[in-house]
Amino acid sequence: MSDIIQLHYDVDGTDFAAAGEASMKIKKELRSLGFPQDVIRRIAIAVYEGEINMVIHADGGTADVNVGLDEIEIILADTGPGIPDVEKAMQKGWSTASEEVRNSGFGAGMGLPNMKKNTDEMVIDTEVGVGTTIRMKVYVA
Amino acid sequence: MTAKELAEALSLNIVTLPDPEAEVQSGYVGDMPSWVMGYATEGSAWVTILNNRNIVAVAVLLEMACVIVTEGAEVSEEVAAVAKDRNVNLFSTTESSFRTVARMAELL
Repeated sequence: MSDIIQLHYDVDGTDFAAAGEASMKIKKELRSLGFPQDVIRRIAIAVYEGEINMVIHADGGTADVNVGLDEIEIILADTGPGIPDVEKAMQKGWSTASEEVRNSGFGAGMGLPNMKKNTDEMVIDTEVGVGTTIRMKVYVA
Repeated sequence: MTAKELAEALSLNIVTLPDPEAEVQSGYVGDMPSWVMGYATEGSAWVTILNNRNIVAVAVLLEMACVIVTEGAEVSEEVAAVAKDRNVNLFSTTESSFRTVARMAELL
């Protein structure tokens, strides 16, 4: 795949009310590049969920998007606590978010399942105490 | 119907209305953003008691027609400014989510 454009965003981990900045910028960028609405929507949802996770669990991180002609790759990386049990984390409704986070409407345990549902490929590379990198691909049909 | 027409029909308080002609295609009610992200559809009027900045991000990402903050939850000037900046129609009401959705269901 030959990339036509690479995008990089830092995700601020200090204010989770501000989460969504990266996904909204990515959405705008993909729209100006003329990608189909459905592709843009799926990527926006996947990145947003990743942003929320990075803010809740990992004090922020980075979001990289490699935009190709036939597929778009998203790489979300953080140096947070890692995910001890990925299989559990992938189950709908399973969450380790704090009470405070849940009271704000997050921590429903839908983040990773929503990311999986909206992408064509998803690989989680995580190590406890080191961090998590999630690579996702969305095919441009 | 348009977002503006919905606001008028439900006597909603208009916080921001940058896109009055946005077509309301459906409705969604819920207070957990991830759940909303997973199931709400484009062109929805989203009914929620959430009043923080995240509602603007969700509305933008899902291309919602409007967000209706119910039960008298206060919308801060900061949230209103972000909504206006992001072109999001934002309404509020002292009515309950239940009453709001019940009336919407008759209209949509």
